[in-house]
Amino acid sequence: MTERAFQHPGINLAHAREEDHLHAEVTVFGFWVFLMSDAIIFAVLFATYASMTTRTNGGPTGAEVFQLSNAFIETLVLLFSSFAFGMASVALRESRVPTIYRWMGASLLLGLGFLGLELRELTGLIASGASPQVSGFLSSFFLLVSTHGLHVLAGSVWIVVMMVQIAVLGLRREVRSLLLRLGLFWQFLDLIWIVIFSVVYLPGVAQ
Amino acid sequence: MFGELSLDALPLYSPIAAAGAGFIVLGGLVVVALITWLRAWRYLWSEWLTSVDHKRIGIMYVTLALVMLLRGFVDALMMRVQQATALNTQGYLAPDHFEQIFSSHGTIMIFFMAMPFLIGLMNFVVPLQIGARDVAFPLLNAIGLWLTAAGAALVMVSVVIGTFSTGGCSGYPPYTELGYSPGVGVDYWIMALAISGIGSTVSGINFIVTIYKLRAPGMKLMDMPLFCWTSLCTSLLIIFALPPLTVAVTMLALDRYLGMHFFTADGGGNLMNYANLFWLFGHPEVYILVLPAFGVFSEVIPTFSRKRLFGYTVLVYATMSIAVLSFMVWLHHFFTMGASADVNAFFGVTTMLIAVPTGVKVYDWMLAMFRGRLTFATPMLWSIAFITFVIGGMTGVILAIPPVDFVFHNTLFLIAHFHNMLIPGSLFGFFAGYTFWFPKAFGFPLDEKWGRRAVAFWVSGFYLAFMPLYVLGFLGMPRRTAYYDDPAWQAYLIVAACGALFILCGLASQVIQLVVSIRHRHRTTDFAGDPWDGRSLEWTTSSPPPEYNFAVQPVVHSRDAFTAMKAEGTAYRPPGVYEPIEMPRNSITGLAIGAASFVFGFAVVWHIWWLALLGLVAIIGTIIARSFATTTNKLISSAEIEARERLWLVTVAEEREVVLQ
Repeated sequence: MTERAFQHPGINLAHAREEDHLHAEVTVFGFWVFLMSDAIIFAVLFATYASMTTRTNGGPTGAEVFQLSNAFIETLVLLFSSFAFGMASVALRESRVPTIYRWMGASLLLGLGFLGLELRELTGLIASGASPQVSGFLSSFFLLVSTHGLHVLAGSVWIVVMMVQIAVLGLRREVRSLLLRLGLFWQFLDLIWIVIFSVVYLPGVAQ
Repeated sequence: MFGELSLDALPLYSPIAAAGAGFIVLGGLVVVALITWLRAWRYLWSEWLTSVDHKRIGIMYVTLALVMLLRGFVDALMMRVQQATALNTQGYLAPDHFEQIFSSHGTIMIFFMAMPFLIGLMNFVVPLQIGARDVAFPLLNAIGLWLTAAGAALVMVSVVIGTFSTGGCSGYPPYTELGYSPGVGVDYWIMALAISGIGSTVSGINFIVTIYKLRAPGMKLMDMPLFCWTSLCTSLLIIFALPPLTVAVTMLALDRYLGMHFFTADGGGNLMNYANLFWLFGHPEVYILVLPAFGVFSEVIPTFSRKRLFGYTVLVYATMSIAVLSFMVWLHHFFTMGASADVNAFFGVTTMLIAVPTGVKVYDWMLAMFRGRLTFATPMLWSIAFITFVIGGMTGVILAIPPVDFVFHNTLFLIAHFHNMLIPGSLFGFFAGYTFWFPKAFGFPLDEKWGRRAVAFWVSGFYLAFMPLYVLGFLGMPRRTAYYDDPAWQAYLIVAACGALFILCGLASQVIQLVVSIRHRHRTTDFAGDPWDGRSLEWTTSSPPPEYNFAVQPVVHSRDAFTAMKAEGTAYRPPGVYEPIEMPRNSITGLAIGAASFVFGFAVVWHIWWLALLGLVAIIGTIIARSFATTTNKLISSAEIEARERLWLVTVAEEREVVLQ
């Protein structure tokens, strides 16, 4: 088989052995399929949210609870986190371990920062009486946003695990492959957040 | 400490429920005792429970399915007896117990019988048919199995500790919300579906990657046996259809546990969202169940007609059309729930459309038999019994007409219709696959005589049990009726109960068939591995196949690869040198994640939060720990492979000599 045949979407890593190509191709393709399934979960959550926006049950509406400035800062933090991971992937291509650590660390801190901001927003909402128990609208908002948040949390744990793996196992085949998939996952969460920003926050404030 | 769990959870509310619980506990104890008596624990552990071999996992899936089939059938029999006798009396089952039984019957038959059965068949067959050594992700495969088993275990435990849902297999809110169903039943139902649903999703991912990436050199998609095509479409349906179910039951759980308002009648909830989400899963689900069976028919019929499959390309396109259309018909499950006439008309038309590719398939199979040299072995008999499915197809088109559906909805006509699809359509297909590939899996065939008896009992039992239900539908009998006062119904219900007894005989024949076949296995051993003069790659290797499936990966040039090899004389040709083969090692990971998920599910049902946290930490910890494992593969030496292959080739040569003489 030619080298070209084994290429997969996303960053392709230079490997010495043909089996490594096949391994990377199969696992990364599998991860794309998983992301597709995960995207359906978010699609269903978005659809539910869209059908619930008017079901406020006399409680607060989107215009009353959403703060665009906070959501915008969250967006920037998450985007920069993805940028940092992108830089880590580039460093991975060239196997520069200290650089990988630096960018992954940055990515992790920004990810945790995002989680902190989100947690502050959600606890603030609950404290001001806009808890998910108030209305169908708020239930669907909380579920959508916190499902994304749980994904970010899982991704953060994954980053920590990978940093340990690089230290313990070195940049062997399995570790590189996992880093590739983590990169896809992290960018995917970005994409979902952009949709949340434009489907939840922007129209919510515009009401 | 124990959340809401107390001694009141024991099923002492009715002697029948207590007897059922006792039976399950006793059954479990007998199995444990038997394994201990046979000193089989170590063997079971190292060869099966920790195995990541797709063949072993497939067999375990089918075993789970067959056990759950018996459990689901007991439920069915109890319902039939209740309805046959409950004229102007309450019958022998209390109404809420009756409700638990029809809920668990539906849940078990769909999620814990049909799903494991088809995923088991796919597991065993697909890698062999495409000439691969295993699935793309063997460990993920084991995790899928044990998650499914954990879900099944939760359903079984609910009989002994607590109660099961009374909300039917579709679990519609607001009835299943906390206000109307305060017990643990719905929680058991939610956790069982959520856990096994994740298991099914990872299986779907696995098979998509396996089929796209691991086909033997030279095998184009259009060279694949049709079973692989239907498996591919089923897997695609799984990864698109299971997420809505996962989301729907999660939302229901949030309503129940955290007081949210997704589907509640008050607080801005919208129960129609549930109906849409559930059937957005539920309708593709019936095609998930039926497509693999269609694949089995497409393998069995040409083999026993000694012809190539008629209209291969058409069958592929029909399968794909069904897969796409299956996402456009979900609303026909609730025509009466308030959609406008235009919307109903749209979904009525798409529903009728989906009958077209299905009809095309039936004609293809009939034409595959036309002018063939037919032999009527049991797998072929099951496939012919499938024709009964056509009646269900026609009643389906009747139900697809919205105004007619307004008359028939929630009557036994509907029950008759979908059992008419799922029993001849899916189950007979699975039985055909089970008898067809059994000799491949174990190296000896299933007994023909008892197999024929099983077919006869099942088919006659099916007609007796379900044709009266069509009539009862016309007479207006609602589904899920615990007792009634219309004497006109009773005669039909008695006939239906007799049908259930016939099916009982069919199941008994299958149990006897298994026992007889195992007892006679020394006389019927077939190590050579091609008992039916097969056409695809799974028959090119020994029965049972070695762990690595193929000593050398086969090269494929056309459809019906093995038939071509036999015609060209290239079959059974030993390679010059045997290369060592790398295979995945056994792993405890799948079993550990399954066990932890079971603990998590059980703890959540009973609000034992510390235990739920422990289960969750165990799941995550296992995954992280596993990611550090470095020696996950083992090498099978070329000497070992050569010894085994030589032994096999000698057997093949002897057998072919016998045939030639």
